[in-house]
Amino acid sequence: MSLSDFIPFVPEIFLAAAGLGILLAGITLGKKGVRTLIGSGVAALIVTAVLVWVFGRPQGGPQVILGGMLVLDNLAVFFKLIMIAASIIALIMSAGFLERSPYGGGEYTSLVLFATVGMMVMASGANLASLYVGLELMALSVYILVGYFKLEVKSNEAAVKYFVLGALSSGILVYGISLVYGTLGTLDLRGIHQALAGMAKLNWAAGLGIVLVGFGMLFKVAIVPFHVWTPDAYEGAPTPVTAFISVGPKAAAFAMFLRIFLGAFEPNIAAWRTVMWVAAAATMIFANTAALTQNNVKRMLAYSSIAHAGYALMGIVAGTAMGLWSVMLYMLIYTFMNLGAFGFVILLESRGYAGETIQDYAGLAKRHPAAAAGMLVFMLGLAGIPPTAGFMGKLYVFAAAVQAGYVGLTVIAVVMSAVSLFYYFRIVVQMYLHDGEEDEPAELIRDRWVEAMIFVCVAATLFIGVYPGPMVGWARAGISALGLG
Amino acid sequence: MAFLVAHFTQIVFYVLALLAVLGGIGVVTFKNPVHSALSLLGTFLMVAGLFVLRHAEFLAAVQVLVYAGGIMVLFLFVIMLVNVKKLQPEAVFLSAQAPMAVLAGVLVGALVAFGLLAGKLAAAGGVPAALQTVDGKVLGNTEAVGWLLYRQYLVPFEVVSVVLLVAMVGAIVFGLKSASLDRGEGRAER
Amino acid sequence: MIGAMHYVFLSLILFVLGLIGVMVRKNFITVLMSLELIFNAANLNLIAFSDRFSSLSGQILAIFIITIAAAEAAIGLGLIIALLRLKDTASLDDANEMRG
Repeated sequence: MSLSDFIPFVPEIFLAAAGLGILLAGITLGKKGVRTLIGSGVAALIVTAVLVWVFGRPQGGPQVILGGMLVLDNLAVFFKLIMIAASIIALIMSAGFLERSPYGGGEYTSLVLFATVGMMVMASGANLASLYVGLELMALSVYILVGYFKLEVKSNEAAVKYFVLGALSSGILVYGISLVYGTLGTLDLRGIHQALAGMAKLNWAAGLGIVLVGFGMLFKVAIVPFHVWTPDAYEGAPTPVTAFISVGPKAAAFAMFLRIFLGAFEPNIAAWRTVMWVAAAATMIFANTAALTQNNVKRMLAYSSIAHAGYALMGIVAGTAMGLWSVMLYMLIYTFMNLGAFGFVILLESRGYAGETIQDYAGLAKRHPAAAAGMLVFMLGLAGIPPTAGFMGKLYVFAAAVQAGYVGLTVIAVVMSAVSLFYYFRIVVQMYLHDGEEDEPAELIRDRWVEAMIFVCVAATLFIGVYPGPMVGWARAGISALGLG
Repeated sequence: MAFLVAHFTQIVFYVLALLAVLGGIGVVTFKNPVHSALSLLGTFLMVAGLFVLRHAEFLAAVQVLVYAGGIMVLFLFVIMLVNVKKLQPEAVFLSAQAPMAVLAGVLVGALVAFGLLAGKLAAAGGVPAALQTVDGKVLGNTEAVGWLLYRQYLVPFEVVSVVLLVAMVGAIVFGLKSASLDRGEGRAER
Repeated sequence: MIGAMHYVFLSLILFVLGLIGVMVRKNFITVLMSLELIFNAANLNLIAFSDRFSSLSGQILAIFIITIAAAEAAIGLGLIIALLRLKDTASLDDANEMRG
């Protein structure tokens, strides 16, 4: 291994170094430097995106690099750019919020950057060791971010619950990895694929390892019944952190899920597919039903994000090439829609926990027609109604499931999408049909950076919805190179 | 005596295993967190001994240094720091659904045990771990681990170093008593 | 002879004890200790298999797991301190600010 072998790893090294620099700068700048620190964090992320594009792309087919720890392929590049975009948008949205709070910006920004490094390793890991280490880097950073507002009881409680269940799931994951290692003799994803393909029939102990790893992964993407942490963590965390953890870590967990299950464990798809089928169906039914009765918008969006993980899981159940790229596309679209919706929650959070109940949206259309229109786009998108991107995302995932013969699951998904209309439209009804005089609705904060980010998300949601061609093409190019088979 | 010599490994294994399990039971059942912590320490040390039996001498040293020396001190430090009374005055220290939880745990265990008995491990073989060679030179365990850690596994090693940095940041973020925060400045307008 | 299977069953017992501990204990500190038991169980497996296959990668992963367990303990204990400052109790049952 020579120094030039590290060139594809330059983006991650740069981002970690930038995080360290911002951490040190944060100590000297103190409370006054929130905007500077977040600005430099965003700049570092933009440079990282460029570096990924310049150095991180594979030449030709997928390349396994650095002792088999990482793989360079289009799947990795696709997910890395989604995650970097999510981190940039979430960071910019945090600036004003953090400035209004008594907490400093140095640790906050650097933790977002470190979490992004972990996510990038998860997206390109080719060995269970590097994947696990990347996962933990992301998870530990995120626990701290959730509890960052340490004087808020809710934030603290959310961090405690997230931490205990997250650590438990990573313990189960690592126990599963140890069984996989014991039954297949290797930690390398390619090696696992070969060992499984060479087995005449699945050995029970290996199957157990796969199931335990699956439990760990289902927890990380928040699938029923491993979703219990999600509503509390999303409600209690500072809103920009909620926006971040609902997209970045979720995309990273799906990237790792795809690599392990549609890559390494692919020869045994028949054995684990049924479990995933049941989990996906249960998630869509339970999450959409539970969201109906929520009065807190953050909690409702938490259940909505659980439901979306359920839709995306359908692509993994399908197990085909189309299933794979449809999940990638879904994660891209979901990132923009969800970040935009949380942007409005941030803007409404002017006093106390305002902006968190549905009544706070009453009469928004009359007072701020543009804002109401933006929120409408995200609600339509999350419900999956054309011409928004949400429709395209669902269309391809459902098509992949039907193509693989899972008509029943698709019917459940379509029915539950219809159910989801009810809770998304509760907000729309509040905005357009209530005048909100009696409820004292929350006032929007003027924060042009958050507004700009919401505008970016609206544009992306509408653009991909109307003209999905380029994104679909890019996602499809990604799967010519799963890099494991 | 001859029996002891002939079955030395077995006897050591069973003694260490028994003590490790007893320590584990202690962690779960002792009411006082200090007692739990001490029995956890016992388990850590026994596990280190078991590592030695499996030719993982370096890991055994790491286990003692990091777990018994580092993590354990951290636990005891926090327990002492926050005043034991705060941590365990409740008469009922188990949650209400404890019997169900135990049942669920035992069921999971039985399921895994069944799977392990019905399945099989990958075939054994290769050069004994104690005799790994690099460039034709026989290495001890520590040296062999070092070669692998700093060559093939360099990337996860670097990432783990960032994990430790994050842990430090986290401990400071949560643990630091910041004057401006504790005066409650800005606490209301959040 | 003591084979890898002996280790696997010992580690299974520790794993189950850890699982039960996480589920039944109310006190956050003991829950953290039970989590450490689970990580130790995984490490025992890895070491036994690593010896069996004569491949050191299991030992390397065990080093990473030990490091990460240490990091996790540091963050968990930091959270306990923050929690005790706010609420005067480390019982997980008292964490009930959010419902629904």
